[in-house]
Amino acid sequence: MIGDTTTAATAVAPAAATLAGGGGDAARGAGLLRARRRRRGLRALPVLPFAAYLGVFLVVPAIAVVVGAFESPAGRPTLANLHIAATGTYRQGFVTSLELSLITSLVPAAVGAVVAYAIHVGRPTSLLRRVTVTAAGVFSQFGGVPLAFLFIASLGTTGLATNWLADVGIHLDALGFNLYSMSGVAVVYPYFQIPLMVLVLLPGLEALRPDWREAASNLGASSRQYWRYVAAPALAPAFLGATLLLFGFAFAAYATADALTSGSLPLTAIQIGSFLNGNVIAGQQNVGNALALGMLVVVGAVMALYLVLQRRASRWLR
Amino acid sequence: MAAVTGLGGIGGVAPPAARLRARRGLGRGRWRELRWWRLAVLVVVGAYFLVPLYAALRFSFSTTTGGWSVSAWTSLPAAQGFGPAFLLSLRLALVATVLTVLLVVPAGLVVHLRLPRLRAVMDVATTLPIVIPPIVLILGLLAAAPPWLKATPYLLALEYAVLGFPFVYRSLDAGLRAIDHATLVDASRSLGGGWMVTFARVLLPNLRTAILSGTVLCVALAFGEFTMASLDQYQTFPVWIVNFDQSNSPQTSVAASIAALGVTWILLLGLSLLGGGRKRRPRQTDDAGGATP
Repeated sequence: MIGDTTTAATAVAPAAATLAGGGGDAARGAGLLRARRRRRGLRALPVLPFAAYLGVFLVVPAIAVVVGAFESPAGRPTLANLHIAATGTYRQGFVTSLELSLITSLVPAAVGAVVAYAIHVGRPTSLLRRVTVTAAGVFSQFGGVPLAFLFIASLGTTGLATNWLADVGIHLDALGFNLYSMSGVAVVYPYFQIPLMVLVLLPGLEALRPDWREAASNLGASSRQYWRYVAAPALAPAFLGATLLLFGFAFAAYATADALTSGSLPLTAIQIGSFLNGNVIAGQQNVGNALALGMLVVVGAVMALYLVLQRRASRWLR
Repeated sequence: MAAVTGLGGIGGVAPPAARLRARRGLGRGRWRELRWWRLAVLVVVGAYFLVPLYAALRFSFSTTTGGWSVSAWTSLPAAQGFGPAFLLSLRLALVATVLTVLLVVPAGLVVHLRLPRLRAVMDVATTLPIVIPPIVLILGLLAAAPPWLKATPYLLALEYAVLGFPFVYRSLDAGLRAIDHATLVDASRSLGGGWMVTFARVLLPNLRTAILSGTVLCVALAFGEFTMASLDQYQTFPVWIVNFDQSNSPQTSVAASIAALGVTWILLLGLSLLGGGRKRRPRQTDDAGGATP
């Protein structure tokens, strides 16, 4: 219905304008303005289904989680869930999750940045670039049990790499490494984090225009000075933003840690999973919601920081 | 800005080509100095990624008695439960991908071309599905969804569609940056093409590769998603791999894991090679237009 009237208006408006010619400028202006306003409404039409879908499948579940966090199993408002979620093993879960996310975002971010730069300086059509970029797309979505299999086959107690290292005198278990614990998870996460970093950072590197390097060297800057005063400040927001995204991704990860440690590592995501699997103490059914709310708060903080940095980054991308 | 791009078009491809040449010359001069560290980085990181793959491949061809056999791979299609699980994942991936493309492509194009102010909002909206933990989403979804929807595995497909948003939108975004869309739209409009014609016959053919690669990522995601499927208790392919492990042939489930990874990679690589020849020219115009967007 909206569509009909607007098309009619847009079709009539130019005709009316030609008819009016030089005279009746005011009327013509008003008509055009009205038509333009309607058009703007129509323009947004294809965005509406997208926004509605996002609302139903992203916002509604989030609201359901938040509401559940403040409800007792009988449906009465309570703060008990939050209290339980902020103490004891659940508190430890948050601490472990944050620690793990910090390690598995900072290290892969640094490595991923170097890889992205190594790809960036190559020709854009080279086979190496195509292979790495497509591989990054696939590997960033890899996780869970299949990923655990790959590492059990290489770094498990009788794994291939474990044996290779033992042959040259490096015994991983003597060094305190255990694939099925925190140290193992920290070694496995970069398998999807580094590719994600490459994917996210590569477009940001395009912002580093070759003219800047030329300009810097024309002005007598050394390579080090170029990096220190031109490239690093220009790339910093994009790099930090991507690192935050990695942090959020590591924090959200569930399947891989669950598969490797059989759910024994005290991570918040795994704790929520055990609530969903029905391992609940009577009266604590909604503590899972409180834990999920805690995760949402962390994610919200990360996103807010990400936005601030993204705004600064876009200044250079223009 | 449109004027600058127009000049680039009229004056031939000379300015961007010259710049490209200059850039390559610069690259060649510094090539020697860069070579060793690029090589070192790619070898070390490559080893991290390839050794586990190799180890798993080797394992999938091994037998418990220490010999070699291809039986894990040949018996894969006939393994118990493989067919239904594979087909379920395939159906879910199809539904999710079609939904994602239908929702994201029109919205993304309109935001880019006609509502540039909404781009920041769109960026945030399509980042959220990456960072909101799937475990939180499934918890809320199972609490909020009506029973009739919870009774069908397609609830998963509906949610996978949201998870696919970031990938299709980002590919589309990159595709729009690589073509000179402002000039294309102006040309189509001035030749009398309506918006529908411009979208369907001018923009979409140019963005085919970008949309396809986003689509493949979306398929890969929906096909490999484990967290939600296992907690919603449907036997999708990744859930099947886990359950199958408990029976006697770990080789077969490792083979299945590698197969799932390999098929997506080959598909994506094929797409990128297909699109390579067509991409080269628009990229030069983009260089000329430098600051157009």
